[in-house]
Amino acid sequence: MTIEWGWFPDHIDEMTRLTADHLSTALSAVFFGLLIALPLAVIAHRFRPLRGFVLGLSNILYTIPSIALFVLLLPVTGLTRTTAVVGITAYTLVVLVRNTVEGLDTVPAKAREASTAMGAKPLRTLFTVELPLALPVIMAGVRVATVMSISLVSVASAIGQGGLGQLFIDGFQRDFPTLVIAGVALTLLLALVADAVLVTVQWLATPWTHKRGA
Amino acid sequence: MIKFDEVHKRFPNGTTAVHDLSLEMPEGQITVLVGSSGCGKTTTLRMINRMVDPTSGTIRLAGKDILESDAADLRRGIGYVIQQSGLFPHRTVLDNVATVPLLLGWGRKKARSRAAELLETVGLAADAGKRYPHQLSGGQQQRVGVARALAADPPVLLMDEPFGAVDPVVRTQLQDELLRLQKDLAKTIVFVTHDIDEAVRLGDRIAVFRTGGHLVQCAEPAELLARPADDFVADFLGAERGLKLLSLSTLAGLPQGPAPEGGRWELALDSARKPLGWRDGDAAADSPLLPVRALRDGDSLLSAVNESIASPAGLVARVDADGVLTGVTARAEIHDHAGEAHISAGAAA
Repeated sequence: MTIEWGWFPDHIDEMTRLTADHLSTALSAVFFGLLIALPLAVIAHRFRPLRGFVLGLSNILYTIPSIALFVLLLPVTGLTRTTAVVGITAYTLVVLVRNTVEGLDTVPAKAREASTAMGAKPLRTLFTVELPLALPVIMAGVRVATVMSISLVSVASAIGQGGLGQLFIDGFQRDFPTLVIAGVALTLLLALVADAVLVTVQWLATPWTHKRGA
Repeated sequence: MIKFDEVHKRFPNGTTAVHDLSLEMPEGQITVLVGSSGCGKTTTLRMINRMVDPTSGTIRLAGKDILESDAADLRRGIGYVIQQSGLFPHRTVLDNVATVPLLLGWGRKKARSRAAELLETVGLAADAGKRYPHQLSGGQQQRVGVARALAADPPVLLMDEPFGAVDPVVRTQLQDELLRLQKDLAKTIVFVTHDIDEAVRLGDRIAVFRTGGHLVQCAEPAELLARPADDFVADFLGAERGLKLLSLSTLAGLPQGPAPEGGRWELALDSARKPLGWRDGDAAADSPLLPVRALRDGDSLLSAVNESIASPAGLVARVDADGVLTGVTARAEIHDHAGEAHISAGAAA
C-alpha cells in the first residue's frame, strides 16, 4: 500500500469541505440529542418510576444497527443530511440521557434543599443549581456522544451523507488507499480536536471543580 | 412572632412527626427546639418555611396563616441555615451570600455589595468572598451560611443544627458570634439542636421534644433546669443539670476579699497587678507557679465553681475588665452562693 502524498495538496478544498460537513452533521446530532435528552432526563430524575422506562428506551434505540436505522428513516426523510442527523441523534441519547440523570443524582441534597428553602422556584433551582452541579457528569456524556457521533457520520456514507466517510468509500471503490488513509486520519484528528475543545469548555465552565482546597 | 396552634404532621408512611403542637416563638428571641433524633424538632422547624406542610392545625407568622402565602415568597422572607452549611459548591462565597437578594431582584451589583458587607458582619475576611465553599474551613462555611441567611435582612431566622458538624472549640466561637449578632439584630430565631448545652447557652426559651413529636416542656433555661416537668426532661438535661444552671448566673455581686498574704499560698502578680499564678510557700524558691485562671464579673458561676476546685488555695482570683486583680473569693462563699442560686431559680419558676 503506498500513499500518494501528492494527492493531499491538490485536494485541500475537498478535504476542508468534507471535514466541515462531517463536523456539522456530528454536532447537529449532539445538539439535538441534548435538546431531547435534557428534558427527558430531568423528568426521569424527578419521577422515579419513569426512570427505568426512559433509560430502557434510549438503550433500545442504541441496539438498532445504525445502517438499519438510516434505511428505516429513508422513506420519511430521504437521502438527505436530515436522515443522518436524526439517526445519529438517536444514538447520542443513550449516553446523554444516562449521564444527565446520573449527573442530577450527584447534586448534593443539601444544595437543592437550600435553594428551595431560600425561595427559588423549581425551574430556577434546576437551571441555577442542579444543572450547573450536574455539569461535570453531563459534559462527560457530551464528550462520549461527540466522539461517537463523529465516528458514526462515516456510516451515513451508505446514504451519501458520510462526510469524511465518503473518502473511505471512494478509496475502496477506486482501490486508492490514499483516500482511505486520509479519511481515517482526518476523522481521528477531528475527534481529538473536538474532545480537546470540550475539555477546555468544561474546564472554563466549572471553575469550582479545579480550585485548590482549604 | 411565630405561633403554632394544634399543629399535627403525619407523613404518608403513617409516622406522626409532630403531635398536636401548640407553641409560641416570641419575637426577637431565640427559641431552641431540642430533643433526640426523630422527635419532630426538625419537622417543626421546616413547617415554618413550608418545606413541610402540616396535616392539620395552623401556623401563624406575624398573625398571618402561612398557608395563605405563596411558599416561595414566604421563604424569601425567612433566613435558613442548615447542617453542614448547605452552601452551593459551584458558586463563590460572595454569590452564595447574594442568593436571596438576587431572587428578590436587587440587581447583581447591589446584591454583591450587600453580601460583602455581611461577610464582614460574620467575621470573614473580604477576600473569602472570591473563594469557593470547599476552600473554606467548616467553621468559615457555617459563617457564610449565617451570612447568606441574613442577606435580605429577614425578621425570622431558622437554624437547623447549624453548628453540629464543627469541632467544639469552633462551635463555642460560633455560638458566641451568634449571641453577639443577635444582640444587635434581635431576630426571631428558631434553633434546632440535640445538644442540651448548646440549647442552654443560646436559648431565651427551650422547647423539649420527645419521640413521636410530643412537646414535653417549653420554658426559659433556668426554669427548665431548676424544675424539669418530668423524668424524661430531667434525664435529657442530664446528671449535671445543677451545674448547667450555674452556667446561667454570673459572679457579679459575689463578695471578694484581699488576696492572702503570709500563708502557704500567695498570688504572684506582674507589675500591672495581673495574676500570674499561685506561689507555694512550702516549695523551693525557684519552683514554677501553679496556674491561676482569674475570672471577671461576667464569667459564669459554673466557671467559678470549677476554678474554686482547681485552685490550690481554694480561692478564686477576681479581676476587672483589664485583667487587674480586684480581690479573691473563697471556695465556701462560691458554693454557698451557687446553692442559693439554684434554690432561687427553682422558686422563681
